[in-house]
Amino acid sequence: MIGALFLGGIAVWLAGAAACLALWREPALARRVGCAAALAGAALEGAGSAAAIFGGGAATIGLPFGNPLFTCAVRLDPLSAFFNLTLAVLAAAVSVYSFGYLRHMEGRRNLGAFGFFFNLLLASLTLVFTAANAFFFLVAWESMALASFCLIGFEHEKARARRAGVLFLIMSHAGTGLLLIAFLLLTSASGSTDFASFHLLASRMAPLEQGAIFLLFLFGFGVKAGLVPVHIWLPEAHAASPSNVSALMSGIVIKTGIYGMARVFFDFYGPPPLWMGTTVLALGVASALLGVLYALMEHDLKRLLAYHSIENIGIILMGFGAALLFRSLGQTNLAALALIAGLYHTFNHATFKGLLFLGAGSVVEATGTRNMERMGGLIRRMPVTAVCFLVGAVAISGLPPLNGFVSEWLTYQALLAGFGTTSSMTRLVFPIAGSLLALTAALAAACFVKAFAIPFLALPRSEEAAEAREAPAEMRAGMGMLAVGCVVLGLGAAWFVRVFDSITEQTLGIRSSAALVTARGFALSPGTPHGGTISPFGIALLFLIAGVAFAWPLALRWKRRSVRGPAWDCGLPGLTADNEYTATAFSKPLRMIFSALYRPRREIQAEYEVSPYYPSAIRFESEIEPAFEKRIYAPLRERILAGANRMRAIQAGSIHAYLAYIFIALVLLLLFGVRE
Amino acid sequence: MMARLIEALAQLALLVALAPLVTGVIRTLKARLQTRRGPGILQPYRNLRKLFGKGMVIPETASWIFGATPWVVFVSTVLAGLMIPMVAAEAPLGLFGGALAVIYLLGLGRFFLALGGLDSGSSFGGLGSSREMTISALAEPAMMLAIFTVAIGAGSTGMTEIAGAAIGQTWRFLAPAQMFAFAALALVLIAETGRIPVDNPATHLELTMIHEAMILEYSGPYLALLEWAASVKQLVLMTLLINCFWPVGLQPTWFNFGALSGIGWLVTKLLLLACAIVLIETTNAKMRLFRVPELLAVAFTLGALALVSTFLF
Repeated sequence: MIGALFLGGIAVWLAGAAACLALWREPALARRVGCAAALAGAALEGAGSAAAIFGGGAATIGLPFGNPLFTCAVRLDPLSAFFNLTLAVLAAAVSVYSFGYLRHMEGRRNLGAFGFFFNLLLASLTLVFTAANAFFFLVAWESMALASFCLIGFEHEKARARRAGVLFLIMSHAGTGLLLIAFLLLTSASGSTDFASFHLLASRMAPLEQGAIFLLFLFGFGVKAGLVPVHIWLPEAHAASPSNVSALMSGIVIKTGIYGMARVFFDFYGPPPLWMGTTVLALGVASALLGVLYALMEHDLKRLLAYHSIENIGIILMGFGAALLFRSLGQTNLAALALIAGLYHTFNHATFKGLLFLGAGSVVEATGTRNMERMGGLIRRMPVTAVCFLVGAVAISGLPPLNGFVSEWLTYQALLAGFGTTSSMTRLVFPIAGSLLALTAALAAACFVKAFAIPFLALPRSEEAAEAREAPAEMRAGMGMLAVGCVVLGLGAAWFVRVFDSITEQTLGIRSSAALVTARGFALSPGTPHGGTISPFGIALLFLIAGVAFAWPLALRWKRRSVRGPAWDCGLPGLTADNEYTATAFSKPLRMIFSALYRPRREIQAEYEVSPYYPSAIRFESEIEPAFEKRIYAPLRERILAGANRMRAIQAGSIHAYLAYIFIALVLLLLFGVRE
Repeated sequence: MMARLIEALAQLALLVALAPLVTGVIRTLKARLQTRRGPGILQPYRNLRKLFGKGMVIPETASWIFGATPWVVFVSTVLAGLMIPMVAAEAPLGLFGGALAVIYLLGLGRFFLALGGLDSGSSFGGLGSSREMTISALAEPAMMLAIFTVAIGAGSTGMTEIAGAAIGQTWRFLAPAQMFAFAALALVLIAETGRIPVDNPATHLELTMIHEAMILEYSGPYLALLEWAASVKQLVLMTLLINCFWPVGLQPTWFNFGALSGIGWLVTKLLLLACAIVLIETTNAKMRLFRVPELLAVAFTLGALALVSTFLF
C-alpha cells in the first residue's frame, strides 16, 4: 500500500514531466498538466509518507529500472518519510500557486520546459530522500541539482539569473565532490554501497578517518543546506529564480542537505565524539547569526528571505548539534528532544518560508520590482497576500502562538537542559548558544517588521505599487494553504509531536512524544521533570476570547467616535511617500552597531547653488562589504584560475603527449591503486 | 480548574488595576527627588479615563494594522502578566507558558507596536520602530542569559518552579550568580521599559524619543490602551525581576488571608524597586542612542558572568 502510493507519486511526476515536454507548443495546456501532475503526485506522496510515519516500520521498495551492478532501491523509513512528507505538503501548495503564477508567462516563456523540470525536480527530491544506496543517492542528488539549475536559470535572458545558476552549479558540484569521497571511504570500509551496511559503521572506524568523513559530509551537505561559510550561492539563486521555484528551493531543496546530515549523524554514526556536536552547534550559531545580520541589510525582498533561509538552517543545526552532544553524553531523552526541535523547525521552515516566498512572488508580480523601497501600501491593494505574508512573518520571527515559536521553544529547552546534565566545560556551550539564538530571533523579528511594513504599510512609494493588483485566486489559495499550515503546526503542536515518535525510535531507540505532551494534550513540556510548559493553543484561545469579548464590541463603539485625518507631517504641505521611513533607514542603527562586520561604505554628493543647506539634488550611495565573497571566495577563485593557467602547459594539444599521460596514469594505478 | 480560573481573574484585576499606580508612584517619587511637586500618584488613572472618553483621529494613510495593534499589544502584555507569580507562588497561567513565553509574548506586542508605528507613514513612527526593534534585539541575549541562570537553578523555565526554587532560601539572592543575573535583568528592564538612560518616557523630542515616537499618531481610546499596556509591561517586568530573585512573601494560594499579606509584600517590593528606578533616572542623563549598545553589552557580560558563576559555585 505504502509502496504503491510512493511509486504512484513518482510515476505521476515523471509522467507529468514527459507530458509537459510533449506539450511544449501548447503553453496553456502545459501549464495545467504540469501543475496538476505536481499536485496529484504530491497528494500521493503525502499519503504514502504519512502512512509510513504512523506505520512505523521501514518499507524497502525496488525500483524497476535498476541493473545488476547498481540496484535502484528506495527505502521509506520514518526519517525519509518525514522529509518526504515535508516535500509533499510544500509541493502541493506550490503547485496550486503555480496554476496562477505561471499564467502570465504563457506565450512569453516555454512552460513545457518549466513543467518538465518542475516535475523532474519533485521526483528527484523524493528519490534523494528515500534512496537506499549511495550510488542511487548520488544519481538522484545530481538530477536534483541539474533540475534546480535549469529552474534557477529559467529567466535566462537576465544575466543575473545565468550567473546565479552557474554559481549554484559550481558550488553544488564542489559539495557533491566531497560527498563522493565520503561515500567512497564508507563503501571501501563496508564493501557495499547499501545505506543499511553503513548503519553505525562510521563510529567503528579509526578516529582520524571518522573525523574526516564527518567533515566531508558536513560540508558536502552544508553546501546544499546553505551553511556558513559555504552559503554564497544561496541568496543569488533564491532571488534570481521564479518565485514558485524560490519557495521550493528554500523550503525543501536546501533541506536535502539537512536530510543528508540527519542520515549521516544519526544513522551512520553511533554516539560521536564531543567535538562533532560542538562543531555543528557552533556552525549553526554562526549561520543563524550571520544569516539574519545580512538579511537585515537587504532591501531586495527575495534576497532578504534567502538570507533568512541561512538563518533558519542555522537554528535547525543548533538542534542537531545539541542532539549530537547529548548522544555523546549518553542523554538519550535529551538527544530526542533536540532532534525533535531540529526536525520540527525543518518542517516549520518549509511552511513559513514557502509561504513568504510565495507572498513575495505575488508582490513582485504585482509591482514589477524586488526592491522594497519601491513598494508600500500594498495591504490595501492586496489584502489577502498581506494577511498571508503577515502570518509568515509572525511565524518566522518565532512569536507565539504560531509554529516558529514552538520549534524555537523546543530548541531553547534542549539547550537549557544541556547545562544541567553535564559536568565538563562543554556545558557552557549550551547557554551561550541559547542566548545567541535569542539574539537571532530578536533580530529576525526586527527584520520582519521591516519586510512586512515597508512593502505593505503606509503610502505606495512608486506608481507600480500604487496600481498593484491582488494576486489571482489560485495564488491566494496556495498561500492560504501554507498560512493554515503555520497556524495548525503552531496550535496543534501537542498533536504533531507524535509524528516524531517513529523517527526517534529509529535513530535513538526511544519514543518520547508521550513525555512531551502534558495536561491531556493541552500543553507541551520538554519532558524533564518539572520542566516548563507552553500551550500555543491555550494562548491562541485566550487571544480569541479577548478579541471576541472585548476588542470587537469596543472597537465598534469607538469607531463611531473616530475620524480620519492626516498624519502629522511636521507642518509640511501634506505627507508624501518621500517622508516615509525607508528600509535602509530602518536598519541603519543596526548597520552602525555592527559596522565591524558590515564595513559599510557610503557616498553622498550634494549639488547646491547658494548654500550647502539648500541642496538642489543629492546622490546617495550605500553598500556593505560582502565579506565572504571578498575575503574567501575572491582569493580562492584567483588561485584556481592561476592554477588552471599553469596546467595549460601540460595540455599541449599533441596526441602523443596525451597518450603518454594515459600510460603514466595507468602505471601509477597499477603500482599503487590495486590491492591484493 | 475553577480555582485556577478565579486566581487568573484575581491576578488579572490586580495587574491592570495596579499598573497605572506604579507608573504614578514612579513619576511622583521622581518629581519629589527633583524638588517638584508632581501631579499626584493617581494622575495615570485620570489620564486613562480622559483618553477613554475622547474621540480619536486615525491617520488617513493607516490600514487595519493600526487599529489591531493596541489590542494585540494590550492582550499579549496582560497574558504575559498572568504567566508570572504575583501574589501566590503558583502562576495562574503557568501551564500556558513560562519565562520564555513571557519574553516572546512581550516580543509579539513589540512586533505589532513597531508595525503600528510604521503604518501611519510619518517618519517619526518609523524612527521609533527602528530604534525600538534595534534596542530590544540587543537586550534579548542578556535577558535570555539572566533567565537561563535562574532557570538552571530551578531546572525549569516555568515561572512557578523558578519562584518556588527561591522560596525558603531567604539569602539566596546574595549568591554571586543571582546578583549578576539580577543586575543583568535590571539593565534589560530599564531598556525594555524605555526609561532613562535608554529612553525618556517624559519627552517628545524627536531626536531622542523611542516609544513615544511609535505611538505618536495614536489618540483617544487606542492611545489609552497603549499607555495602559506600557504600564502593565513595566509592572510585569518589575514583578518578574523581584519574584525571580526575591520571592519572599509569596503565598501558597490566593484563597486565604495570607493573600492580603502577599499583596502587601508585593507592593512593598515594588515600591523598593521603584525607588531604585527613580534614583537611577534622576542621577543619570539620557544616553546617546549609539551608546545604548554599550550598556546592553554590559548587561550581556553580567549575564555571562552569572552563568559562569553558576558553573563555579
